[in-house]
Amino acid sequence: MAAGSKKARALAYQALALAALAAAASFLISNTAANLEARHIASGFGFLRREAGFEVGESFFLRYDAADSYWRALLVGLTNTLAVAAIGIVLATALGTAIGLARLARNALLRALSAAYVEFIRNVPLLVQLFFWYALITEALPGPRQALQPLPHVFLTNRGIFLPVLGSVPQLAGFNFAGGMALTPEFAALLIGLAIYTAAFIAEIVRAGILAIERGQRDAAFAMGLTRWQSLRHVVLPQALRVIVPPLTSQYLNLTKNSSLAVAIGYPDLVSIANTTINQTGQAIEGVAIIMAVYLTISLSISALMNWYNARVAFK
Amino acid sequence: MSRALTVVLALLVVAALVPFAQWAFLDAVWRPDAAACRAAHGACWGFIVEKHRFILFGTYPYDEQWRPALATLALLALWALSAMRIFWRPALALAWAAGLALIAVLMWGGVLGLPYVENERWGGLILTLLLSTIGLAVAFPLSILLALGRRSTLPVIRALSVAYIELIRGVPLISLLFMASVMLPLFLPAGVTIDKLARAQIALILFAAAYLAEVVRGGLQAIPRGQYDAAAAIGLGYWGATRSIILPQALRIAVPPLVNTFVGFFKDTSLVLIIGLFDLLSTIKVALTEPAWSGFGVEAYLFAALVYFVFCYGMSRYSRRFERRAESITLREPA
Repeated sequence: MAAGSKKARALAYQALALAALAAAASFLISNTAANLEARHIASGFGFLRREAGFEVGESFFLRYDAADSYWRALLVGLTNTLAVAAIGIVLATALGTAIGLARLARNALLRALSAAYVEFIRNVPLLVQLFFWYALITEALPGPRQALQPLPHVFLTNRGIFLPVLGSVPQLAGFNFAGGMALTPEFAALLIGLAIYTAAFIAEIVRAGILAIERGQRDAAFAMGLTRWQSLRHVVLPQALRVIVPPLTSQYLNLTKNSSLAVAIGYPDLVSIANTTINQTGQAIEGVAIIMAVYLTISLSISALMNWYNARVAFK
Repeated sequence: MSRALTVVLALLVVAALVPFAQWAFLDAVWRPDAAACRAAHGACWGFIVEKHRFILFGTYPYDEQWRPALATLALLALWALSAMRIFWRPALALAWAAGLALIAVLMWGGVLGLPYVENERWGGLILTLLLSTIGLAVAFPLSILLALGRRSTLPVIRALSVAYIELIRGVPLISLLFMASVMLPLFLPAGVTIDKLARAQIALILFAAAYLAEVVRGGLQAIPRGQYDAAAAIGLGYWGATRSIILPQALRIAVPPLVNTFVGFFKDTSLVLIIGLFDLLSTIKVALTEPAWSGFGVEAYLFAALVYFVFCYGMSRYSRRFERRAESITLREPA
């Protein structure tokens, strides 16, 4: 076959793909325009400046009330998403690393327990786990007056979890606690669920990363007189990090995306507030577009950050 | 040191397991009696006993529930057959076609004297199984095309495939489900409607295709250059080489990660609850809303976890057995 006809065919395939895409897009856009007009749904982002009129359960950094705009409500949702994701990532990394190391421990019982954790948690949907933690907090924990106190000034109740912070400890006042830091049941369930679920995946990544380091590296460390812990800390882990970081990044992204399950237990994250906004304004396209744009931005930024880190730790 | 650790750990395990066993078994109430449940200190498994028909079959007409039961068994049998290597031959596709036709007849009815049951009334375990089975069946061929597209030498095809895969993988599944449930109706010409179940199924297919495509791409990347050259040398074109030489090997390599992706997808189907479909998790959640039985969420979700675990763990074990077999094959080959 002549090289020319092969080239022509390649061009034809690509032109066909573009034409099909354009045809599908114009079909969808014209349908959507017609439907929006028929249903008298406004389009555009003008609604963002209007008054939201709904309350938001909790807000970490921003003050918000029902008289504020949709724009501000969505911003509160975004900060709530980022807050739960950031704390979740820290907790999941700590727990996951500990369990990953336990999977390789010399102690057989420790190995078996950590393996059971990973197997069980990985094979149950996150949504089930979130519902479970939420039910456990709201149904099984006692009311504020009979609060469980596992540590001094730490109270577990069906109204949430109360922790001491610098200069302020939670105190029972009337029917609930005041002072310290309060985690609502929704936030606590989401945070616990995300951390425990993601930790199981991180544990497997840590384990695989350590197993990828040649036995000789550890032997050399022992030969230098380092203890088991020192050789792990100074020889094995720094090298294992190169193997661990890329899949770890995708777990961080997963955790952030999974935080959108908040909508199912009523934590006001971005998706939950966008959902309320869609229901009130009917502007589904704009609402879904906002959700997608925000998550794509987060995904791409974390990827970029991790690529930069990867380039820094790579063998030169 | 290690022995001391074992003792401490064993004590901790016992300290956790004894109260759990007390709650889950010794003090538990198994009779479907809400008053007895509230009086007892233990778990209320009576809730599951009382609601098992609703949890398994949702709002499917009560007298017809043998139909989803039979459909569930047929679907499970098809999966079990497909897991066995000796059945990996073209006839398996026929078995699936026949099996799915049987399931369609059972579920919808309207023929052979079976009363018609619309999709809105389907629910429970069969919905979870159908959403994941049909999702995979449609998404898998799509994902092969996407993976080939991403490795194509044609820049437009490659760019479109990359854009699709990265876009879908960059957003949460919920946003796709929202898109399907609230935006899809706006995309269709006036007068054309599709029901909620089909809309959710479309979102799940679009989602699974992107993730499976990356797994298939991994398999394609593992095929050495020489295989392409050899295929070209015997005169095969792109499609001939892809179909007869490259894909069979690439897919075989990709079986373990594919099964892991299946497990993830099976778990992810539980998200359809958020857009109001009655899958297994949803029927459990709805069953809890009856005032007499509210407040037994811990038991209910432990039960849900157990059901999902049985399916997912089974699939995980299967993929691991495969990994080991693949390893032993590659080890034997050079001899």
